[in-house]
This record gives sequence, C-alpha cells and structure tokens, in this order.
Amino acid sequence: MSESHAETMGPLIQADLDGELDPARAAELAAHVPGCPECLLLQQRLADLSLRLRAEATYHRAPARLQAAVAAQLAASGSTAPPQAPSPTTVWHRRLRSAVPFGAGFALAAALAFLLILPRGPDMARLIVDDHLRALQPGHLTDVLSTDQHTVKPWFDGRLDFAPPVRDFARQGFPLIGGRLDYVAGRPVAVLIYGRARHVIDVFVWPGSAPERSGSRRGYNFVRWSEGGMVFWAVSDLEIAGLRDFVRLWQTPGA
Amino acid sequence: MRRLTRERLTGCQVTQASRFEEIVLPHLDAAYNLARWLLRDPVLGEDVVQEAIVRALGHFETYRGGDARAWVLRIVRNAAYDALATRVRQAETPIEAETTDGGLSEAPTLIDPAADPEAALARREQACLLDRALQALPIELRECLVLRELEEMSYREIGRITGVPIGTVMSRLWRARQALLRAGRDAGLSGGGK
Repeated sequence: MSESHAETMGPLIQADLDGELDPARAAELAAHVPGCPECLLLQQRLADLSLRLRAEATYHRAPARLQAAVAAQLAASGSTAPPQAPSPTTVWHRRLRSAVPFGAGFALAAALAFLLILPRGPDMARLIVDDHLRALQPGHLTDVLSTDQHTVKPWFDGRLDFAPPVRDFARQGFPLIGGRLDYVAGRPVAVLIYGRARHVIDVFVWPGSAPERSGSRRGYNFVRWSEGGMVFWAVSDLEIAGLRDFVRLWQTPGA
Repeated sequence: MRRLTRERLTGCQVTQASRFEEIVLPHLDAAYNLARWLLRDPVLGEDVVQEAIVRALGHFETYRGGDARAWVLRIVRNAAYDALATRVRQAETPIEAETTDGGLSEAPTLIDPAADPEAALARREQACLLDRALQALPIELRECLVLRELEEMSYREIGRITGVPIGTVMSRLWRARQALLRAGRDAGLSGGGK
C-alpha cells in the first residue's frame, strides 16, 4: 500500500466506520473505496479491528469490592436517610437494599425512577410483547436495515435522547439485522433486531435500571436485564434457553 | 485504599448525595474500565476510581446535565493522570516493584500482574494478545481507543474527556489503530493473515 494514500484516506475511512463522517464526504468515500483495492483492504482491516476490540478486548467491570467501597464512601458522605417510621416506600427501600448488594440509595433511586417512568413489570411485558408482534407484521420490523453496528448505531443519533449500545453477535450465531424506533409506554425506545435461524429477536433499550427477570407471554419469551444505565428487554419466539444464551452474550463485556 | 471521611464533604454536598448516586454510580463500570486501561494496574485503578468519586462529589455543582458518563470519565481520566504523575515522581523509591510499568512511557510488553485468574482462564489467547497490544500503546493513544471502542464515545465526547480538539482525537485514533494493525500483523493474528 502506498503510504501516502493510506495516510490520507485512513483517517477518513476510520471516521466513516466510526459514524463521524459528514454525509457529503461519506458519499465521496463510498464512491471511491469500492474501486480502490488499497482503501478496500484498509476499510476491511479497520472494521475488523474495531469488531475484534469490542468482542475480545477486556472490559474491566468494577469489582464488588470497589462497588462496596464506593457505597461506603457515599454512606459516609451522609446520603443515608435519617431513621423514620416505616412506610411502604421504606419497606421497598429495605427490600431493594437486601436484594442489591450495592449503594442502597442508588438502587432505590434507580428503581423508583424506573417505576415512575414506566408501568410495572407485567404491563410492561405485555406492551413489549405486543410491540414485538406488531413489528413482525410485514414491513414493520426494521427502520434501518443493516448488519453493521456502525451503521445502526449512528442511525439512532438525533432520533433518541440517549445512545443505545449496538452490538453484533454474528460470530456467536445471533447476527444483527437492523434497528427501529418505537414508542413503548409513551416514550421513544431503541429496538435492535437480531436473527437466530428463522427466529427474530427484538431487543428493546432505554435508559433506566431494573432487576433481571424473565417470563413468557402468548408463547413469546422475554428476558429483562439492565446494565450501563440502560434497561434491556429481549423478546422472541426462540426457546427460553436460546434467549438466555443471547442475553448472556450481552452481559459479557466484549463477548 | 483511600478512605473518605465525612469531614471532606460539606453540607450542601450531602443534600445532593442521593442525586449524585443516581447520576454517577451507573457509570462505575465505565469509570473502572477507563482507570484500569490507563493505569494498567487493578489496585491503582480502584484507588483512582475512589479518588475520582471524591472529586466528582466535590465538583458536582459543575455538572450541568448532559452525558453523565462523559462527565465522570473526564474526572476519572484526570485523577488517573495525577496518580501516574505521582508515581513518576516516586519512581526512585522502588517500593512498588510488583507493578509493571512506570507510568506515562510506553511499556513494550506487559503482562497484567494481577489479572483475575478466572477471567484470565476464560479469555482466549487472541484476546490476551489484543489486550497486550492495547496496553502497550502510549497512553494518549490508548485512552482514545478505549473510549471509542469500549465505551463507544463520539469524537466530540472523547475530545472533551481528554481535553484535546477533535482533529487530535482523529489523528490519535488513527495512530492507535495503525499500531494495533501492525502489532496484529507482527503477531500473525490479523484475521486471515491479511
């Protein structure tokens, strides 16, 4: 590869892959690359590197010890509420405290935020499954059709007030098919669509936090979990074990 | 490990503490991930995150909404650089002999000294090579790539966190990726021997 050409085009190609190139220059690049073996190779290498970094580089999650230490820090800073008569709220609070080995105030705040914004579990499951069924109607499944997470992710920019994580698990047998925008319980949510053999998996994402749960409704299985400040619902007619495998991939950093 | 005492916080911060928990704590994983990648040391990584939490509490009134993760990561990044600078100053006292590197300079081949044995088992050989190649990058390239690929931050956010213009972010990312592609070729682990 001629160094100068690569030096000129490399930053553009990577910006394109990163979803940071303005549309005009992205179009120019799209016209140039297919006819230029050097750029084509570079594009492929950069995309491959990006994929591998996300899939294989270690994501260091905060160890439990650190979580506890930070919770203790915050408790020492005075965020623990003064004692008061038990009320339904504080009972909730205690339950959450015992359920989540983490900053109790945070757990409460996060759980309450979730409860306030969105209906409780069973209703939510119904809404999500209904939405999944609607989406399965012809022509409703995807707004953006792409197997490339670098296309799907920027597509959500400007359409949502949050940036949903987009990951592809094609290597693990759950290829990304595309994404769409939906309204669930009155708020916009990101939906990522994955394939598994002849099954379709919808992953609903929005900011918030909720404990993990799973179940089934009208023959569709769902798993809810949260991480990184986002709530996820995976819904599919895939058998529950398969769906859990899929969710485990999501929960494995850099799976 | 650093202990935070009540005296370090003022009353105003106390009232804000629960809001703080709501906004900052969801990003604890991101904070630790960045600290780990910058410091390349698990114990120091934890210390830096705790220090960053103290600083974040102290500066919480400067948080004006927006991306809380970027705000937290910027504080973590600054705390990490301060910790590294302190270590460089202390480098003549070889007490921390068990740590692998002296700070800002590149360390050519690094093996994480205290990798979690379970995680180490689970990771594949290739991932180790990739991790090592990433660890061997100069810190200013490493942080850009970690923020881009592991945190999926935009160029603008990366620029804000690292305190450099977007053009610099682009060129650092480009240099980081070139270095990794080269390392991959040298190690023969680039997909299909491209």
